Amino acid sequence: MSYKWNWGIFFQLSPDGTHTYLQLLLFGAGWTLATALLAWAIALSAGAFIGVIRTAPVPWLVRLGNAYVELFRNIPLLVQMFLWYFVLPEVMPQVIGDWLKQSANASFYNAVICLGLYTSARVAEQVKAGILSLRSGQRMAGLAMGLTLPQTYRYVLLPMAFRIILPPLSSEFLNIIKNSSVALTIGLIELTAAARSMSEFSFQVFEAFTGATLIYIVVNVVVVAGMRWLERRVAVPGFISMGPPAAAH
Amino acid sequence: MITISKVSKWYGTMQVLKNCSTEVAKGKVVVVCGPSGSGKSTLIKCVNGLEPFEEGTITVDGISVGDPNTNLPKLRARIGMVFQHFELFPHLSVMRNLSLAQVKVLGRDANAAAEKARKLLERVGLISHAEKFPGQLSGGQQQRVAIARALAMDPIAMLFDEPTSALDPEMINEVLDVMVALAKDGMTMIVVTHEMGFARKVANRVVFMDKGEIVEDAPTADFFGKPRSERAQMFLSKILQQ
Amino acid sequence: MFANFDWDVIIRSLPYLFLDGMRFTVMLTLMATGGGIVIGTLLALARLSNIPGLSPAAGAYVNLIRSMPLVLVIFWFYFLVPYIGQWITGASRPIQVGAFLSALVTFTLFEAAYFCEIMRAGIQSIPRGQAQAAQALGMNYWTAMGEIILPQAFRNMVPVLLTQTIILFQDTSLVYVISVTDFFGAASKVAQRDGRLVEMYLFAAAVYFVISLAASYWVRHLQHRIAIIR
Repeated sequence: MSYKWNWGIFFQLSPDGTHTYLQLLLFGAGWTLATALLAWAIALSAGAFIGVIRTAPVPWLVRLGNAYVELFRNIPLLVQMFLWYFVLPEVMPQVIGDWLKQSANASFYNAVICLGLYTSARVAEQVKAGILSLRSGQRMAGLAMGLTLPQTYRYVLLPMAFRIILPPLSSEFLNIIKNSSVALTIGLIELTAAARSMSEFSFQVFEAFTGATLIYIVVNVVVVAGMRWLERRVAVPGFISMGPPAAAH
Repeated sequence: MITISKVSKWYGTMQVLKNCSTEVAKGKVVVVCGPSGSGKSTLIKCVNGLEPFEEGTITVDGISVGDPNTNLPKLRARIGMVFQHFELFPHLSVMRNLSLAQVKVLGRDANAAAEKARKLLERVGLISHAEKFPGQLSGGQQQRVAIARALAMDPIAMLFDEPTSALDPEMINEVLDVMVALAKDGMTMIVVTHEMGFARKVANRVVFMDKGEIVEDAPTADFFGKPRSERAQMFLSKILQQ
Repeated sequence: MFANFDWDVIIRSLPYLFLDGMRFTVMLTLMATGGGIVIGTLLALARLSNIPGLSPAAGAYVNLIRSMPLVLVIFWFYFLVPYIGQWITGASRPIQVGAFLSALVTFTLFEAAYFCEIMRAGIQSIPRGQAQAAQALGMNYWTAMGEIILPQAFRNMVPVLLTQTIILFQDTSLVYVISVTDFFGAASKVAQRDGRLVEMYLFAAAVYFVISLAASYWVRHLQHRIAIIR
């Protein structure tokens, strides 16, 4: 092969003069994690809310929730990013539009909101599935004791639904970390963008992308381990599945 | 205390309750029996408004269940319900299952709720399992906890929807014993069940339903001695063969 | 608010958008799906096999791909494929590969990892008794797989496979990062050339939305019919 390998490139100074290439990659990873965590906060809160209203006994709320999910699921993430970053400022009144375009870190905020809402639709799917997997008797038992419907959701249905959907939710969290890379198209210098930039300046293409790949793998492993710990921590003793009640013997 | 008057209910075009009327006076125990699909579970769920109904009225202690102005959660807090599949909340310990509604619905202080819970657990013989979770208990134990949970609200009446149908045979009696004791203490009860031994022991009246209608409604002795309708006779003969 | 927008730009660029852009997107989607399912199924068989080393190797590949963002995978193959071509053909320099071919290799191998997991679940959902009955009749591994297990697994997983295809259809838009012209790339080019960002991006979003929504309704309808047949 005519490619010259140079693994030492990570410790050489990048063109900005103060940081090594390794540090640039780590900064990128930092932006990736910051974007992912903030977006996840949005995704969880909005997603839980939408998931709950999709199971409510109020037809127009259900339709609203369904429309929300369909909207965010049927448009590619890249297109959604462009809509937030390029189109939104143009259709806002002039003053707001200009402010949006000029703010520092515009790509970061756009990425967070776009990614957050995109993922919230998927979280809503999980939450709805989790609630519907519970025996209908659980809701009735809550109501029969005199709890109002919101109280029944809060104390009876949601605690179990969330435990049930922890595995698919942790997949969604991993997805949000991966999907943050799409924000490089609107100028966010997250990990993949940092790797690309490193490859362009140093010509050590494969080292750069290997570095980024390794960081993604490490993040993956940490998150998976964290999720397993969380699952064990909130596990309900004796609970196997939501079928006919399990009796311990 | 509980009056069901000319109640009819439809699921779409299918009529599942046809003009049902009956009464349960205070302190009395009424057993509702009948083949599957006769509407007995549906009827009992109408009494505390878990199922809506299209025609007729149901009143509990003078309050109309079907009236849109009625505060249903408040009414339900005064009626206890026990389900076929126990429906304990799996993520809460036995103690928390018993105190949750006391605190959140009745506004009782946490200590008072815990005290009450402990007394009830003693009454049903399960005080040693107070900190366990439902998944760690047998079916019979879960159902006794469920009865205690309903009693924790100091209800004026108790509804039982096939309380022993999901239990292994050797556990049925431990639950029925609790229910018999409850009846002897003077609780107003409506019990949907196939357990005719229980009916003979404590029921004041037996209501037999078939295909959505109340076919027979008679004092216990009369029902078992000389059932008037042919359907009730057939049902009894099949049941009592076991 | 919408007075300054020139919606005619959409009409004028329709031929370019659809004949060039959408054609690329659809071709890429269909071919990557086909290739992805074939390779994915082979990977699934590898993961389930007892041949020493095969299962861990396939597992390592699948887990590696699934832990990487698609954008990163696109960059990897964009730089890697010319070198692989050089290695395969023994040429003296990396081979210049066309944009379509590079994208095709990327998406096929990327989707294969996801289709692998889908097919693995499908194969494992077939009751053991089926394989045992096939063996009892004297069939060897490949015959049993090809005639009995895989056809049933496929039928069970059709809705999931189709849903993954819809996801792939949307994911192809990411070829943008290597400046390849798919449907979104075409819309973007028109947007930047004519300065009509709002119109073109909104139109592109609407087109993806309608196609994906229609496709997912069709899959749901299909699921309903399959359920009835059972």
